[in-house]
Amino acid sequence: MNTAVAAHCPYCALQCGMTLTPREPGALVGPRDFPVNEGALCQKGWTAASLLDTPDRLREPLVRRRRGEPLRPAGWDEALDLVAGRIRELQDRHGPDAVAVFGGGGLTNEKAYLLGKFARVALRTSQIDYNGRFCMSSAAAAGTRAFGLDRGLPFPVTDLRDADVIMLVGANVAETMPPLVRHLRRARDRGGLIVVDPRRTATAEQAALHLAPRPGTDLALALGMLHAVVAGGHLRRDYADARTTGLAQAWRIAARWRPEEAERVTGVAGACLRDAVELLAGARNAYLLTGRGTEQHSSGVDTVSGWINLALALGLPGRAGSGYGCLTGQGNGQGGREHGQKADQLPGYRRLDDEAARRHVAAVWGVAPEELPAAGRSAYELLDALGAGTGPRALLVFGSNPVVSAPRAGHVARRLAALDLLVVADTVPSETARLADVVLPVTQWAEEDGTMTNLEGRVLLRRRALSPPQGTRTDLTVLRELAVRLGQPASRFPDDPEEVFDELGRASAGGPADYAGISHRRLRAGEVLHWPCPDRRHPGTPRLFLDRFAHADGRARFVPVDHRGPAERPDPDYPLIATTGRILAHYQSGAQTRRVADLLRAAPAAYVEVHPDTARRAGLADGDRARVVSRRGTVEVEVRCVPTIRLDTVFLPFHFPGDERANLISNPALDPTSGMPEFKACAVRLAPANGERP
Amino acid sequence: MVIVGYGMAGARLAEQVRARDPEGGRVALTVVGAEPWPAYNRVLLSGVLAGTMTAADIALHDPAWARGNRVRLRLGARAVRLDRAARTVRLADGASIGYDALVLATGSRPWLPPVEGLADDRGEPAEGVATLRDLDDCLRIVDQARPGVPVAVLGGGVLGVETALGLARRGAGVTLIHPADHLMERHLDRTAGMILAALCRAAGVRAVTGRAAVRYYPGEGVKLEDGAFVPAAVTVVTAGVRPETGLAADAGLAVDAGIVVDDRLRTADPLIHAIGDCARAGRAPQGLVQPAWEQAAVLADLLTGADGTARYRAGPVVTRLRAGDVDLTAFGETHLEADLTALGETHLESDSPRAEVLSYVDPARGTYAKLALADDRVIGAIVLGLPDAAATLTQLHDTGGPAPGDRPALLFGRALPQAVADDPARLPDSATVCRCNSVTKADLVRAARSVGGDLGALMGATRAATGCGDCLRTVRRLAERLEDDSGNTTEGTGT
Repeated sequence: MNTAVAAHCPYCALQCGMTLTPREPGALVGPRDFPVNEGALCQKGWTAASLLDTPDRLREPLVRRRRGEPLRPAGWDEALDLVAGRIRELQDRHGPDAVAVFGGGGLTNEKAYLLGKFARVALRTSQIDYNGRFCMSSAAAAGTRAFGLDRGLPFPVTDLRDADVIMLVGANVAETMPPLVRHLRRARDRGGLIVVDPRRTATAEQAALHLAPRPGTDLALALGMLHAVVAGGHLRRDYADARTTGLAQAWRIAARWRPEEAERVTGVAGACLRDAVELLAGARNAYLLTGRGTEQHSSGVDTVSGWINLALALGLPGRAGSGYGCLTGQGNGQGGREHGQKADQLPGYRRLDDEAARRHVAAVWGVAPEELPAAGRSAYELLDALGAGTGPRALLVFGSNPVVSAPRAGHVARRLAALDLLVVADTVPSETARLADVVLPVTQWAEEDGTMTNLEGRVLLRRRALSPPQGTRTDLTVLRELAVRLGQPASRFPDDPEEVFDELGRASAGGPADYAGISHRRLRAGEVLHWPCPDRRHPGTPRLFLDRFAHADGRARFVPVDHRGPAERPDPDYPLIATTGRILAHYQSGAQTRRVADLLRAAPAAYVEVHPDTARRAGLADGDRARVVSRRGTVEVEVRCVPTIRLDTVFLPFHFPGDERANLISNPALDPTSGMPEFKACAVRLAPANGERP
Repeated sequence: MVIVGYGMAGARLAEQVRARDPEGGRVALTVVGAEPWPAYNRVLLSGVLAGTMTAADIALHDPAWARGNRVRLRLGARAVRLDRAARTVRLADGASIGYDALVLATGSRPWLPPVEGLADDRGEPAEGVATLRDLDDCLRIVDQARPGVPVAVLGGGVLGVETALGLARRGAGVTLIHPADHLMERHLDRTAGMILAALCRAAGVRAVTGRAAVRYYPGEGVKLEDGAFVPAAVTVVTAGVRPETGLAADAGLAVDAGIVVDDRLRTADPLIHAIGDCARAGRAPQGLVQPAWEQAAVLADLLTGADGTARYRAGPVVTRLRAGDVDLTAFGETHLEADLTALGETHLESDSPRAEVLSYVDPARGTYAKLALADDRVIGAIVLGLPDAAATLTQLHDTGGPAPGDRPALLFGRALPQAVADDPARLPDSATVCRCNSVTKADLVRAARSVGGDLGALMGATRAATGCGDCLRTVRRLAERLEDDSGNTTEGTGT
């Protein structure tokens, strides 16, 4: 008889605990008591086992020798020889940067680590980045500059249970991570939940105070609130003096943002803004949490700095029972950004331009520091450069589906088509895999061991619960096989997850995200370990910053930031603002969840949420097919009239493919610091779809 | 480049120039300020007056700002003459500064109404009279207007009302004297003015309207035109401002309620510009900071060469008053009245050729909203005590976007809350009970047919309430009902 294996959900950064009981075929999901989810799961979690036996699961490599030909099955050796051969050919002709790598925030720590090492050591390319650039990069940059360290939640998620007041900014957790709502109950039931979102989301519905700013104006709101903190006498000056620097410079800017000024820009009444400040300031324990809604902007880093400044003025960060945090999105969004698949980083959250970091990691890898390439392009810049000019001629994609998830997706698909070689490792024929020259079928969550670092910086071991399908290999094996074919010694590219993790620990030792003391063995034994954990006897660090922040002087930084607004504003041709986001039934590009029958039934197609008046003016009614047109493309979707949305705003979920891709219209204007594209605000117009109406 | 004036406009311009030319490679910058301290945020003086902010809080620059930004700063220096031929500015101390580009940001000065005794021989405020232009004035008033001290405020415009309310908060016995029939008559209709006066009274301010002050007795008070006497130890004059245009006028530049400039903020002399309260850029200055900042950005673009095509266009003006419990917004056409004569001839909601005017008035609670629309666009509004409505209306006015059809929601600011069906029996079958697991009421009813109405069994079968758990109460009540109904199989749907 098969026994239940303790597992974690394959989707978001909560990494809810569950059990998996193998069946023939597939497995059965059961509840498991785990602090993050207390046995609860959302519909995605309950149905996650369907991923294991989805009918179009990839079970053998696919190859196309020439463009225009269909993909046909091939043996592993044939496929890998082909890939390695083409890589050598292209690099011989165009140099190492002719080959690029694109990773993902859903990959395990072991995979993220080995992918970065593969790029820098086996390919010696600088051209590696990942889809987390589209997810956490703004919060990460702002967190690092404020606190000297970026860990999404610098406290366990269960600490939220004791808060009086919680302010969620641009985070619709009731849909994107439902079990988290359990930890918000106390604050909510006491009238202490504040939600900032342009839409009246399922989360905003529960708030005592819902502030609905015009998309792209969050920083003006944060500045107005900082002003109200000072003007209302709520500034924690003792805390600011003892634990921070830079308040005066930040205040000089906020002094210009009276709530009435902020109101004019955001549309949020000055009175509501003050109410929010009073709630936060009056709380014994309070948290300010940001999500993608406020981060995915071309001014995302400054916007998050604005929120952190507010939290610092209220004395929240680094105080037991209070704090600032960002809610990581992807399953391993935290670990994925720490171990070297980011264009400018080495394992342990080290910087690629730091000589000491290069020396340390090069020594672990057995190469000379000067052999390590410099920092490469950020995700969108990388995709934009493919197959043109000095850009890469080949791309290897692991754990990502940029044809759906990248901004200006139509353009990105054309860039992918211009490559000499596109290789995609995936479990299913995703939209990106379908464009590939070589598709490599890999194993997934329940079929392999690996660690994930969840939104609270806790490292979790995800165990193998059942055998992978015949014909698939792990990403680690794929990287090892390719590295060997490219002339690397096999010993340098282990494919045993535990062995890879131990090496990751050595590479991260002494870095900001220090995993040196964590091991699969300790995790198997049930230890609860949050990084940093520098040695085998260290108990881990569930709460950061209680004594000092991670800057050399131990103080947090106020950063002087000012509002500048979105890169593209509405005009007579494109009078509305489109914003995008997630819905409960789907995850990311939908490559997984659209293959789960229950989830597809719950949310079968994309749509556009519109105020009924705005729809009517565009000649549309509820249920009509509409075209949403931006300067970059057009999406055709169904109209869903929602009387609570702002008249100037439309919303599209981004999980759907083809003509329903929300990213056909999104704006790739990038944040100058983080490289984050402006997913959350672009100018559009709305019209009836062709042939639907006169 | 020389900026004459280190107030909000001059300081902002200097910042904007340095934002575009941080190293000073293109522009060597001198700023001349008449006051002895670094620039401060004049808008926040009312906060200092009301006691919510200190002088340090409202500083725009710290003392090291000028050096750190490669700006030559002359404080306590008054410019007295322009020599356009020699391209120099003469200062009161005799010094002379040459320029290639000159910006006048001299602001405005308070106007003293023709009340006998209010001004001394030189036209300056008499003893016991204060204006509210600079930090000095403000600190002096704060010092004098202690609790119980009688204060007269002359002039019931925005600044007058704000000042009166701020001083009343400090405990002074304030009388607000305004010659027009109602307060803020330029911005408000009579109803709004009356309600505002009532709100002032509730906040401890005595508002006297329709009567002008005629004579000031130092240290004693003010006599009104009907002979009444208002005792006052301190008299604050808030009767409006006049642009400081003397330098420009003496130099032969056109002045018409402000130094006349074009959309490049340039006077007839292409080397001389003006911004802020002293400048007439398209329309007479209104004493608001927003246009000054927008002008500073445009001029910085032009003078640093960052954007030679930048032009200033005056945007919509919004009057905002917030002090204590008073929250007032007014803009655009505020004096239009609803046209009832047309009712006899036209159908309701037909396309009216005239403006559409809606209003709501609740004198007992001090709430008032009036809204004027034309072609479905908001052209004016007065909103007192409904801040949500004010925020939405202001944005519609600023963007020129069409107004929503739900006029009551627009007028009140938030849609009236919808009654939530508490009894799950009254939910429609299609209603989603558990969002986390996409479970509708119909799903639960169907499941109850096979597993019965036991809560645990229902949860297991449908997974309802196993996500965030918020629907547990509804599921439990529905389960109880379904269990009750289970004996009665043909009517088991519970709808």
